[in-house]
Amino acid sequence: MENMNYLSITRAHNLLKMKKITATALVKFYLDKIKQENPKLKAVISITEKSALEKAKKVDAKIAKGEEIGILEGIPYTAKEMFMTKGETTTASSKILKDYKSPYSATVIKKLDEEGAILIAKVNQDEFAHGGSTENSAYHPTHNPWDLERVPGGSSGGSAAAVAADFGIFSLGTDTGGSIRQPSAYCGVTGLKPSYGAVSRYGVISMASSFDCIGPIARSAEDAEIVFEVIAGLDSKDSTTVDYEFANGGDVKAIYYEVGNIIDSNVKENKFPGIDISTIESVDDLGITNESLAAYYILVPSEISSNLERYDGIRYGSRSDKAGSLNDTYSKTRGEFFGPEVKRRNMIGTYALSAGYYDAYYKKAMQVRTIMKNKVDDILKMHDVILLPTTIDPAFKIGAKSDPIEMYKTDILTVFANLAGVPSISIPFGFDESTGLPMGLQIIGKQGDDKKILEIAKTIQSKTVYQEKIKEIKL
Amino acid sequence: MSKINITEIEKVAKLSRIELDANELDKITEEFESILDFVEIIEKADTKGVEPTSQVTGLSDVWRDDVVVRSEIEPKDLISAAPEIQDGYIKVKKVL
Repeated sequence: MENMNYLSITRAHNLLKMKKITATALVKFYLDKIKQENPKLKAVISITEKSALEKAKKVDAKIAKGEEIGILEGIPYTAKEMFMTKGETTTASSKILKDYKSPYSATVIKKLDEEGAILIAKVNQDEFAHGGSTENSAYHPTHNPWDLERVPGGSSGGSAAAVAADFGIFSLGTDTGGSIRQPSAYCGVTGLKPSYGAVSRYGVISMASSFDCIGPIARSAEDAEIVFEVIAGLDSKDSTTVDYEFANGGDVKAIYYEVGNIIDSNVKENKFPGIDISTIESVDDLGITNESLAAYYILVPSEISSNLERYDGIRYGSRSDKAGSLNDTYSKTRGEFFGPEVKRRNMIGTYALSAGYYDAYYKKAMQVRTIMKNKVDDILKMHDVILLPTTIDPAFKIGAKSDPIEMYKTDILTVFANLAGVPSISIPFGFDESTGLPMGLQIIGKQGDDKKILEIAKTIQSKTVYQEKIKEIKL
Repeated sequence: MSKINITEIEKVAKLSRIELDANELDKITEEFESILDFVEIIEKADTKGVEPTSQVTGLSDVWRDDVVVRSEIEPKDLISAAPEIQDGYIKVKKVL
């Protein structure tokens, strides 16, 4: 029997084509692995066994008839609980959507379906993607496969942990302020936050609509690129999608911002063909991280307070049975079924948008967003890409950051890309000296330079082995 | 300096349609205080004459052709997602 551990998309595709494995065997391999190892990892919320096996059977029939198959046909993947998947539950890891069945599928899920990719499981996250550790899930925290006492990061922590632990070949995540990149860094995998508008948000539960991006988490930039090419593009159902002309390749001049961790020395020690990283400055010279984080934590809760109005106990999800009136239904349902961080963000947003505070908070933060975006765009006029670590520290211990502000600060190096709408990819680029845990490097490009940063990431990964070490993970 | 008191938090909770118990109110008042301190840094930014940014695509007035497109979503699937239904309608508490 062929070894199916830690397959890349291309390798799995070739094995399927050469009839060394079947799609059914591959799906069963992952489902068995999830059943065996998920009790330790708790990355998965639900498995989609029946539909996965049906789809696998169709792919196998096609191969048996000698028909050509596409690159993603028969490739098993997982998706964050934010993605609507028709007929399956979509909870956003919240009690307010417990048992909620999606009446339709998100555009990205449909696109992957059409290419023959097979959804095998829905994975855990912070409730409504509010958090940076997956501890805010209303169901259970997820553990980091490198060290089960630590968080996998968040909010797409289930996705990153699943990819690192080999529960499927890739996963879909969402990134509002770092939620694809930070968990990817903590789990030693590759995560792409595309340019804002490059991927349709239709059918994905909204957090902060002017920030939310959807992207792949995978074990290599090559796999991430294959998925990105399928999910990107205009969608008539999401009028904020942009028809970017993705430019490719060429030599690049990068600027690196050092923060005082292992990534700094690894950047200085390595040389990559066609990538000039001779300009190195301190992250303090970048001078936008603190202001960006503050503006982010006003704007995002504001958009949240508007987007989450729909969870009213009327149209879907849970409803409090203690309510006497219609107004009671709203406030008791939300009081009973929203978790602490979701309540906090809704209220901060309501406050920032309310009469008397709008100018001081919301409007001011939108103006700061303009200043931050201009600064990022200016740097990217002088340099092709910005490089900097994804996080300052590696994954922390479960329960270590009970103060919300401490949790917010884990996004310090990632949020500015969301304020500016520029693409950023996090790739594994070293291991913390004291804990041995993986650390990530971000590559940030101009809006629409998604393919360019993927090319750079692929070049780097062809010369390094940081991304290979996950294969040694034993749960 | 105290930026916010419990009466204001009660008002925000009411506006947010979130019922909180006494413990939650106390805790969230404290947390509000530290979150407002944390975001205070933007007060110092010189934003005179700066246009606010609400979106980053530069798109405006995205239109589609005025033709009826049949949705693939079944109305019954949408209705059945509600917590209480009767005869194909969503049931709610008395409004008045």
